[in-house]
Amino acid sequence: MGHDPAQSAPVLALDGITKTFPGVRALDGVTLELFAGRVTALIGENGAGKSTVVKTLTGIYQPDGGRILLDGEAVQFPTAQAAAQAGVTAIHQETVLFDELSVAENIFLGHAPKGRFGLIDRPAMHRQAQDILDGIGAEIDAGVRLKDLGIASRHLVAIARALSVEARVVIMDEPTAALSRKEIEELYELVETLKAQGKAILFISHKFDEIFRIADRYTVFRDGQFIGTGEMADTSEAELVQMMVGRSVDQIYPERSTQVGDEVLTVAGYSHPTEFEDIGFTLRRGEILGFYGLVGAGRSEFMQSLIGVTRPSKGAIRLDGKVRVIRSPADAISAGIVYVPEDRGKQGAILDMPIFQNITLPSLPRLSRNGFTRMANEFALARHYTERLDLRAASLDTPVGSLSGGNQQKVVIAKWLATQPKVIILDEPTKGIDIGSKAAVHEFMAELAAEGLSVIMVSSEIPEILGMSDRVIVMREGRIAAELEGDALTPETLVRHAAGITTKGAAA
Amino acid sequence: MSLADPQPQATRHIPDRLTTPAAKMFKSWESLLLLVAVGIFILNSFASPYFLNAWNLSDATFNFTEKAMIAFAMALLIIAGEIDLSVASVIALASTMMGLVMQAGFGTPVIVITGLLTGLACGAFNGVLVTRLGLPSIVVTIGTMSLFRGISYIVLGDGAFRGYPADFAWFGQGYVFWVITVEMVIFVLLAIVYGVLLHKTNFGRAVYAIGNNATAATFSGIRVERVKMILFLLTGLMAGLAAVCLTSRLGSTRPSIATGMELEVVTMVVLGGVSILGGSGSIPGVVIAAFVMGLVTFGLGLLNVPGIVMSIVVGALLIGVIALPRIYHNLRAR
Repeated sequence: MGHDPAQSAPVLALDGITKTFPGVRALDGVTLELFAGRVTALIGENGAGKSTVVKTLTGIYQPDGGRILLDGEAVQFPTAQAAAQAGVTAIHQETVLFDELSVAENIFLGHAPKGRFGLIDRPAMHRQAQDILDGIGAEIDAGVRLKDLGIASRHLVAIARALSVEARVVIMDEPTAALSRKEIEELYELVETLKAQGKAILFISHKFDEIFRIADRYTVFRDGQFIGTGEMADTSEAELVQMMVGRSVDQIYPERSTQVGDEVLTVAGYSHPTEFEDIGFTLRRGEILGFYGLVGAGRSEFMQSLIGVTRPSKGAIRLDGKVRVIRSPADAISAGIVYVPEDRGKQGAILDMPIFQNITLPSLPRLSRNGFTRMANEFALARHYTERLDLRAASLDTPVGSLSGGNQQKVVIAKWLATQPKVIILDEPTKGIDIGSKAAVHEFMAELAAEGLSVIMVSSEIPEILGMSDRVIVMREGRIAAELEGDALTPETLVRHAAGITTKGAAA
Repeated sequence: MSLADPQPQATRHIPDRLTTPAAKMFKSWESLLLLVAVGIFILNSFASPYFLNAWNLSDATFNFTEKAMIAFAMALLIIAGEIDLSVASVIALASTMMGLVMQAGFGTPVIVITGLLTGLACGAFNGVLVTRLGLPSIVVTIGTMSLFRGISYIVLGDGAFRGYPADFAWFGQGYVFWVITVEMVIFVLLAIVYGVLLHKTNFGRAVYAIGNNATAATFSGIRVERVKMILFLLTGLMAGLAAVCLTSRLGSTRPSIATGMELEVVTMVVLGGVSILGGSGSIPGVVIAAFVMGLVTFGLGLLNVPGIVMSIVVGALLIGVIALPRIYHNLRAR
């Protein structure tokens, strides 16, 4: 590991921690050290293992291997309470708070100071809560009910709650995601206060300006592995980005010779009151168009608006040269635009229904006669597409829920191809599926494009975006940040545009 | 981590089904229920000498025909993940409206149409509240349960409507052929219509899809709100039809008519194997459940068992039939 001998020993350290979930190695022998009075930034792409680390540190997950060291001694956090007692506390993006309880009650719920007979000592609780609130500079009365507070004040209550246990280690997981500019400044001050109190802080953020502003040290993870650590003063954005994305594209993507044809879909000025603004692009025949961005950049929201699940406030689309208005998914299906959603279990498949009924559901109007279903047509269609996708299943009338994740995804893709679309939108098509199925999905996408289908692929995996796309649109905070193709399409440019550090990088 | 061997292989053939539909049916809930029905039938014929009499059996069908009419539509509604607890009150309101037009001097056709339209209007009211305002159907229909019957009490107070025209009695008291009642014929026709609707049409498939996963159904292009609205309308219409039959059979309207029938209808649906959580169930199951409930109440009636005990028996039957497969499953898993 070898940390700077001039520094004091770490308060809390992870040593060779491994955590495996079925089919995924979320953490692979990672190392992380947190020091008193210092802010350590944990940096990595989506899926690098950051949230798994948080859950391991707070006793929600138990590691399969490796040690957690508190003041150099190996400890275990079998429960969330055990982690809290050891002084490890986390401020999550969304802490569960209770509207009908007072601020003090929210702060001390579960560990209120007790008086005689084991009853809650309300005056003491109120006093201590007020002390914590004052300590973080929050101008909130501990006696008011939570529902009378605004969003920003609630966030401070959540922070106060995290600090109400004798915290030595404070974990902040994307703490600024829901805050305004001014509130973010206040949060920075709070971090400085906590630092001055000698607490060790783990700061997780996607935003580079924040990391450079607030962190003293950094640690980078990639694909569940420890990549490097060091002082912020000794590094640069370019170096961090390179560590994050790496150089290895360790998966083989299908060879493609793209024959891009005419314009199929043109989107202009698509906007939504809260989720996205002024999205416009064109999609051509036989093209795979990648959509890259951080989680929350508005990609899925835009796609769902495109197929009529939600309504855009403004914007128009043209399909094959004709203006189309899409008010519902049924309209989108008949227009020939289909969407394979990210959330397979909720939006994609109906897990308790048989494979063939899942596949034929959007195509029923075409397969039926006068509204009456025709079983033979259904089985024929289902068989055609499942065999084409090389589905592994015992029979076509087994429930989709009994299949593996990869095979479930094949069913969902089959279901949408069976509608014979012009444009297919795939949202994180290989998320959470095994490597074999992943390769099959990629190969199939290439085949579809070669046959003249236009494909939009939303993905947060840089290798997948680079390996599959002809052209990439990068979205950030609901807007198109860049459109990249050819030589401009590199891991570094993708991350820069997605995180919004282009201009800063040029100035530095 | 090696990928699957790359050598080309013949296309994998996936069979349509592993078990034949007949084999599946043999192991189904409906078969178990049919067994229970046959068992009760045999028990009854030993218990009372009056049971195996064509006219008595014909009379016994009145125990379930009106409830079953509603139960068919309710089955679809529950499979789609909603419920309508106001149906008994819809009967009261529909019957009251029928009484009003009868007093105004209109004949049987207008009376019948009034009953059906009142039911349809009540269904529309429930449906709009649930699908347009997004309110939970259990709350909406508990509310309209009081509302509809309340209107009926305001109109009638302690009184009753009597004096329906003679030809109106045909619906609830008439016979089509020998011992076959008009209500029995309506029951059989509706069983076929709803069976086909649920099991053989795109609409029925949409009902299952919505009950299992309304979000995925929406994403698949199903107009979820529209399907639910139709189901509320159908349930209201069936309650209106039941009101016509029941009013015709009783020959009078009181505001307390059909009190508590909504729970018997839901019991019939659940006993028929429809999941109260939505997503699964069948019309044949509801048909058999209707017979089971009819046979039990008739058998106990012949033995002069009081009504309170009957409801205890029906409740025990419901819990028993639903718990048995679960207990069996748990024992086998051990």
